[in-house]
Amino acid sequence: MHALLRLGDDALVLAQRLGEWCGHAPALEEDIALTNIALDLIGQTQSYLSLAGSLDPDAPKTDDELAFLRSENEFKNLLLVEQTNGHFGDTIARQFLFDQYALLRAKHVAQQTYDLDAAAIATKAVKEIRYHAAHSSKWIIRLGDGTSESHSRIQKSINDLWAYTGEMFTADDVDIAGSIAGLLPDLSALKTQWDIEIDSVLAEAKLVRPQDGAMKTGGRMGIHTEALGTMLAEMQILPRTHPGASW
Amino acid sequence: MTDRSPSSLVKAVSRQLQDVMDPELTFLSVVDMGILRDVNFKNGHIVCVITPTYSGCPATEVISKDVLKAAREIDPDAEVEVVLSPAWTTDWISLEAREKMTANGIAPPEGSSHDKAFLTGDGHTIPCPICKSKETKLISPFGSTPCKASFTCNACLEPFEHFKCF
Repeated sequence: MHALLRLGDDALVLAQRLGEWCGHAPALEEDIALTNIALDLIGQTQSYLSLAGSLDPDAPKTDDELAFLRSENEFKNLLLVEQTNGHFGDTIARQFLFDQYALLRAKHVAQQTYDLDAAAIATKAVKEIRYHAAHSSKWIIRLGDGTSESHSRIQKSINDLWAYTGEMFTADDVDIAGSIAGLLPDLSALKTQWDIEIDSVLAEAKLVRPQDGAMKTGGRMGIHTEALGTMLAEMQILPRTHPGASW
Repeated sequence: MTDRSPSSLVKAVSRQLQDVMDPELTFLSVVDMGILRDVNFKNGHIVCVITPTYSGCPATEVISKDVLKAAREIDPDAEVEVVLSPAWTTDWISLEAREKMTANGIAPPEGSSHDKAFLTGDGHTIPCPICKSKETKLISPFGSTPCKASFTCNACLEPFEHFKCF
C-alpha cells in the first residue's frame, strides 16, 4: 500500500500544480499541453490511489478520500513535484526531471508480476508518460539552445531544482521492501539510467549538469516543504468544507 | 424479446452497443473505437467489458454510463466491467473508423503503436485530412482531448487535429 501511495501521490501533486497553469500558460497550445499532462496524471492517480485505498489495513478507502481527506504529513510524494510553478521554465525543468524518472519507474512497474493490478495501471501510464517526457525534453532543448536569455533562465531553473533530485534515488525501508518484492525498481539501477537520459538531453540543450550538493529529502516520510500545505488547502477546501458534496 | 437465452442476449446487447457513440467523437461507436472489448454472460446477467483509452479521459465515465444504459434496455441486470489490461491501443481502431475520422476532418493514427517514431511524430508525415497535402506541421503534441495532437497544413493553411498513435 505504501509503495502505491507514493506512485499515486507523485502523480496527484504534480497534476494539481500543472492544473494551476490552466488559463495562464504563455501560449494556448502550452496551456492545453500542461493541462493534458495534468489530466493523464489525474487518471493515473485515480487508479493508483483506488488500488492503494482498497489495501488499507484499517478500512478500505476510495481514491477521493485519500486525495481530499489526508493531511499534509500523510502525503508521500517527492518534494520535487510539490514545488511551486515559478515561471514556465521552472515548470518545464520540474517536469523534465520528474518525467524521466517516472517513465523509468513506470516501465519497471509495468513489467513486474508481484502486483498485476499495478502492472496494468503502469502499462497505460508508460504510454502517457512517454509523451510527457518527449514534450518536456523538447522544451529543455529549445530553451537551453535558444536565446541567451532563455538559456540562462532554464539553466537557473535546473540548478534551483537540482537539490530535489536526490530524493528520487534515496531508498528507504518501503523502497527496499518494494524492490525485494519486485513491485518497485532498484533505485540505484534506476539512477544510472536516469543519468544517461538527463545527460543526453542536457548536452543537446547545451546546458550544464549541476554538481550534486546537499540533497533535500523528507517527502516520502511526510515531511514536506512549505509549498505543499498551501497547495492542499486550495485543493481540499471544497470536500472538507462540504463533506459529501456532489454535482 | 422472447428468446432470453444467454447467447441471444449477448447477440442482442452486442448489436445494441454498436449504436453507443464516443461522446467526444460522436461519429464513432464504442465498437469502432475498440473501447468495448467483450460482451459476455456471467452469473445470470450480461457483462459488458470496456477499457479506457487514456487513464484520465473524462469520456470513459460517460461511455461507461451510456454502455450500461444501452445494455440494460435488453437485460435489466446488465453490468459494466472496466479492465485496464491489456491496455487500449490505437491499433484497435477499425479501418472503417479511421476512414470516418478523415471524413470528419481528423487525421487518423498512422502506423502501429509499436513504432516509437509514430509516438513522437518524428520523421513521419501526417497527411492533411482536408486537402490531403503532406506538407503539414505539428503545432503541439497535445490537443482538445487527451487522444489528439494539433497540426496545421502548410498547403491549405487549415489547422486540424491528429488522433495520436498510442
